[in-house]
Amino acid sequence: MVAFINLISAWAIPVLIAFIPLYAFTKKVPVYESFVDGAKEGFQTAIQIIPNLVGMMVGISIFRASGALDFFVGWTGPFLQHLGVPSEILPLGLLRPLTGTGSLAFATDLISVYGPDSMIGRMASTIQGSTDTTLYVLTVYLGAVGIRNGRYALKVGLLSDAVGFAAAIAVCLLFFG
Amino acid sequence: MINAIWLALILIGFGFAAAQGKIELVTSAAFDGAKTGVTVCFGLISVLVFWLGIMRLAEDSGLLKKIARLLNPIVTFLFPDVPKNHPAMGYILSNMSANLLGLGNAATPMGIKAMQELQTLNPDKTAASPAMCTLLALNTASITLIPTTLIAIRMNYQSANPTDIVGTTLMATAVATLAAIVMDRWYRRKFMRSRPGKPPVHAGPVSSSQSELKG
Repeated sequence: MVAFINLISAWAIPVLIAFIPLYAFTKKVPVYESFVDGAKEGFQTAIQIIPNLVGMMVGISIFRASGALDFFVGWTGPFLQHLGVPSEILPLGLLRPLTGTGSLAFATDLISVYGPDSMIGRMASTIQGSTDTTLYVLTVYLGAVGIRNGRYALKVGLLSDAVGFAAAIAVCLLFFG
Repeated sequence: MINAIWLALILIGFGFAAAQGKIELVTSAAFDGAKTGVTVCFGLISVLVFWLGIMRLAEDSGLLKKIARLLNPIVTFLFPDVPKNHPAMGYILSNMSANLLGLGNAATPMGIKAMQELQTLNPDKTAASPAMCTLLALNTASITLIPTTLIAIRMNYQSANPTDIVGTTLMATAVATLAAIVMDRWYRRKFMRSRPGKPPVHAGPVSSSQSELKG
């Protein structure tokens, strides 16, 4: 199983990079021109998130440098450490469903402080990548049709975030532990 | 919500720094944070430009539509209330396949169109229908094949193997999505039971009670 997951990690991207252009070529798509056309969007997307990321990074940076983060993490630490979970990861779990750029900024912060190949860095990457921002999705989707009562949608979204968070930690402990 | 979180981060940090008599930390941390934000975004440019280029090929070649066709049986199972040929189905399928490829920018407009179509089937225009809740559940859990952004950030920080989290992310996202589907079913059933007097919300095959309503 571990070997299989590692195989997916190594092969997924190379296979897509080779297969998608080849498939497009057989469908008579002008591959290079079409690629360049789509790539243009990437630049705008990256530039567009600069204000969000700067704002969130400043907030998190102050929160961490002042010692506030360590204080709150130290508070919950002993309980989580018991389960083999690094307590530094917990704030990311709380932030993930609420704000996409906020949690991205926090995950980046963890990766830069502890290193991308540390257990914390890998957990942060997996948690950030594995679910979407529940609050954002609900706001945008329900807002688009003018609905205020989401019934049980928020409950389901937050519960599945919690499950995803636990699963990300368990899987990382299993594969990188 | 996001406003409160942001303000709280800054104010609590300010309070802690002030209490320790190290208020100058706030200044240096603020500018460090701003710098990191820009650096990270610049690191993202290369990967986003490349990946969105590749994904345009997937769109132009019809690969996206092909994936949508493969997902068809799953979607009929997940949305029993939506008539098979209703336009909502098409948008739900495009939304799911775009999510699968990590095309957040393409997934959102498709999801919004799906919501608008589902709203036409919704008997109570002020509250989400069960089908809408299912669509939301799928999108908040959002199955991801390739976590592009995280790979880019790991590359920025000189990871020895930036993609070694692809497998673990896939596992975690699969578990989260499965949990979302199961819980959505559970709450949907509870919700349906709680209103026994009313006809099922836009049931798939037209039942007698529904045709009466339509007539």
